[in-house]
Amino acid sequence: MSNLAEQTLDAHVEQEHGHEHHHDTDSQDILGFWLYLMTDCILFATAFAGYAVLYRNIATGPAGFEIFDLKYVAIETAALLLSSITYGFAMISGRRGNKSAVLGWLAVTFLFGATFIGMEVNEFHHLISEGHGPNVSAFLSAFFGLVGLHGLHVTAGLIWMAVLMFEVAKRGLSKQSVLRLSLLSLFWHFLDVVWICVFTVVYLKGVA
Amino acid sequence: MQRIEGHDSHQHAAAADHGSYVDYLVGFVLSVILTVIPFWMVMSKSFSRQGTMIGIAVFAVAQVIVQLKYFLHLDFTKEGKINTLAFLFTALIIVMLVGLSIWIITTADALMMR
Repeated sequence: MSNLAEQTLDAHVEQEHGHEHHHDTDSQDILGFWLYLMTDCILFATAFAGYAVLYRNIATGPAGFEIFDLKYVAIETAALLLSSITYGFAMISGRRGNKSAVLGWLAVTFLFGATFIGMEVNEFHHLISEGHGPNVSAFLSAFFGLVGLHGLHVTAGLIWMAVLMFEVAKRGLSKQSVLRLSLLSLFWHFLDVVWICVFTVVYLKGVA
Repeated sequence: MQRIEGHDSHQHAAAADHGSYVDYLVGFVLSVILTVIPFWMVMSKSFSRQGTMIGIAVFAVAQVIVQLKYFLHLDFTKEGKINTLAFLFTALIIVMLVGLSIWIITTADALMMR
């Protein structure tokens, strides 16, 4: 009896140990990716610094308040914010091992993300066809540079998400794919944080 | 699957990637509020320009903090500390990078206009 109890305890300790180890390597991966995101933060900071020193130089082109449509930006913001929470739900489903829920939430997230990018491309197209392209003034160069940099990141996130959906659909939810999902979750939520700064510094400040 | 379930309930969580439905919902509702108010401040034009500027800056900082806490799960627990410290250091670099750039360029601008 006591022997059995001891065995169970041993097994438990063993398991616990294995668990611990798995966590440590996971949190190392997460820390590594987090450090990459911090360098990405600095990349965005340089784009913001560029915008901050250039936005007054409108040359012969328009100023921000003449070309920004806040209602349009509010819808873009809503799409990105909704995609953040639906990604959170995908993440929770992933940890619970619910494959179909992960795929469903990722698909919803992808649609919101694609809506955001579609709207941004449409805005850029509209501005350029009106003759307000990035070559017109320092302000517009900095605007297209900063907002476009964020848009490229979101596009990269969407490609990554599509690849992960394919992986999960094909191979199921392995420990590895849950870790990959959590790394993309950091990337995705990080882009939402950057967008807060973009809509505040560029759009709201531009119109106010 | 069983394994992943256990992973979730285990308190020794890898930092910056855990959260519950409640966490995400609280973060989402706060984010919506902190987005709607600055948009309304600017669109309704019911404040002075300076007041609006200060307002939107405060709401942006508040929302960044909310999202860091509820979506990116930054905290000061033993496991989460290193991520939070890395972020705080980066924030310091960003403040210097952006702040000093603006200072240098606006000063140069003012000197050249003279």
